Amino acid sequence: MSGKTLYDKIWDTHLVKQRADGTALIYIDRHLIHEVTSPQAFEGLRLAGRTPWRTGANLAVPDHNIPTTSDERRQGLAGIKDPVSKIQVKTLNENCKEFNILELEMNDLRQGIVHVVGPEQGATLPGMTIVCGDSHTSTHGALGALAHGIGTSEVEHVLATQCLMQKKMKNMLVRVNGALNLGVTAKDVVLAIIGEIGTAGGTGYTIEFAGKAIRSLSIEGRMTVCNMAIEAGARAGLIAVDEKTLEYIQGRPFAPHGELWDKAAEAWKCLASDPDARFDRVVELSAEVIEPQVTWGTSPEMVAPVSGSIPDPMTESDETKRVNIEQALHYMGLRGGTPIQDIQLDCVFIGSCTNSRIEDLREAAQVVAGKKVADSVELAMVVPGSGLVKQQAEAEGLHEIFIKAGMEWREPGCSMCLAMNADQLGEGKHCASTSNRNFEGRQGFGGRTHLVSPVMAAAAAIHGHFVDIRELNN
Amino acid sequence: MKRFIVEKGLVLPLDRANVDTDFIIPKQFLKSIKRSGFGVNLFDEHRYLDKGEPDSDNSQRPVNPDFVLNQPRYKGCSILLTRDNFGCGSSREHAPWALEDYGFRAIIAPSYADIFFNNCFKNGLLPIVLNRETVDQLFREVEDTDGYELEIDLNGQTIIRPNGSVLEFSVDEFRKNCLINGLDDIGLTLEDAGDIHDFESKWREQSPWYFNPPKMT
Ligand code: SF4
Repeated sequence: MSGKTLYDKIWDTHLVKQRADGTALIYIDRHLIHEVTSPQAFEGLRLAGRTPWRTGANLAVPDHNIPTTSDERRQGLAGIKDPVSKIQVKTLNENCKEFNILELEMNDLRQGIVHVVGPEQGATLPGMTIVCGDSHTSTHGALGALAHGIGTSEVEHVLATQCLMQKKMKNMLVRVNGALNLGVTAKDVVLAIIGEIGTAGGTGYTIEFAGKAIRSLSIEGRMTVCNMAIEAGARAGLIAVDEKTLEYIQGRPFAPHGELWDKAAEAWKCLASDPDARFDRVVELSAEVIEPQVTWGTSPEMVAPVSGSIPDPMTESDETKRVNIEQALHYMGLRGGTPIQDIQLDCVFIGSCTNSRIEDLREAAQVVAGKKVADSVELAMVVPGSGLVKQQAEAEGLHEIFIKAGMEWREPGCSMCLAMNADQLGEGKHCASTSNRNFEGRQGFGGRTHLVSPVMAAAAAIHGHFVDIRELNN
Repeated sequence: MKRFIVEKGLVLPLDRANVDTDFIIPKQFLKSIKRSGFGVNLFDEHRYLDKGEPDSDNSQRPVNPDFVLNQPRYKGCSILLTRDNFGCGSSREHAPWALEDYGFRAIIAPSYADIFFNNCFKNGLLPIVLNRETVDQLFREVEDTDGYELEIDLNGQTIIRPNGSVLEFSVDEFRKNCLINGLDDIGLTLEDAGDIHDFESKWREQSPWYFNPPKMT
């Protein structure tokens, strides 16, 4: 018999009951909640006269549509100008109070994007099952947890039963061999993977990321990779536990302490796939050939290395693909064959659950230090992932570097990643964004998004167009 | 979910085919953070003479006296009689929420849109399929008789008319069981509450660190 994958192991330890029709009842250790997908779930509980199964398993934080200007934030709830946002944030507060769920409220220092907050608080632990009414819950897999997004009716189901009805996924291994070149980051790795397997490549699978290049990433970098597993079609991404994982977690508020820590750490060391584990699909990439990546279209798989060009639809023989490329280029206002570095930018957004952690901000600050944002760039904003990230960045003086360069320094939240609040990309504007989705209208009606790493976004802000960060490094 | 065993109630005749989900509950009400309270906006575009918004004061709005729901003889109705392909359009669960919130417990029609049909069972509503001739006949009887009531017995799968004659209908066994016992997906899972408790206590013993309360500074 072959060994088990990491996914198999976590699945097996959480299996409450296997049903005859192939569905399984899976126990959920941690449920993260935000303001947009939870109100109807709480309402459902109330209507049915139910209460949460285990309140302590839940942690809530508003993030999606809260304002990021300090002016609005300072005034608390009353300061939120958009009425829908205000109601949602207020409703989250009320629901958490009523059901006795711990919420890090809008102006709590620990507040932030739910996928930044979970790991930061130690609420994300290896070997856990974690769900949240948000597709980028895959982020938490970076710590060796099985984590994925769910819908509102499932949010209610988890609240009420601490379980989910699930069918088991297949196992995929993505191995990135070798060492990354200078200037090439976790974001480039995951964009290159998506470029390779496509946005549907991971559908039906849980992806485990492995190989020397993945191991060499910091925990923050691993989160960036797992964050975008969903963009490759996989609901969950996973990375095996190692010393870095344990180091990252130790001492965080929700993490076990003292003797319990020792025992937990010991148990977590087994959280890796067995050497003889069988995967349904294996994809191998070589880190050496990965360049900084830039998306040029309206799907994350429409990506090219910074030294390359936008593909010419005329050279695409597959009819469907050609039409796709044409439609994307039409929306993006770009022409096939244009070098990536000729794409001019109007806006730069550094933030989102993909790239808003302290490491991302440090790297971006290094690039802009002592320089000025190009005149042609109308807005360059930096939105830290959490209040704690913001505090740390300010302690290191990063905010001053950004502000001096002509960038805006904002309060934590999802912000222009999905433009549910006032942070919207204008129609027809090109934005270098460190977020994870470049769909039509994602950052604002008619907005044109280019997904890149924080250093690439920072360099683009200075130059007004994309530049190869590797050349700046030399 | 409310249990459905026997429902005796006044019948509302909605004489139209292809009633879509926008007819049942217009899209502007989807912005709500609630899943209850949609009853006052059920059939909004036909029931009122002005355009309704989520924050409208419905008691102040001009009602359409010609719309069947507003006719005094149907006040208090709980069974909806309608035509083919009821509930077509979007998959919004707000449609059964609105019907249920208004006070409907059952629908009788020759056919339904698929997703709507499923959503009804999840929300305590019984959609009954009867053939077109029978539905025609029921429409005639309702219109001719003030206070026309039907008695629906889900367990026996029968509908008793005011004259005492009995109509039979069929229903999926699994769904029937869920309705009779008031089991939604959550209710079903909670039937295994014992297993969940057993699992949880073992898991807590084995991995206490996942149950550790946070150490807040
Ligand atoms: S930052 Fe963007 S992707 Fe992440 S949770 Fe917020 S909206 Fe979703």
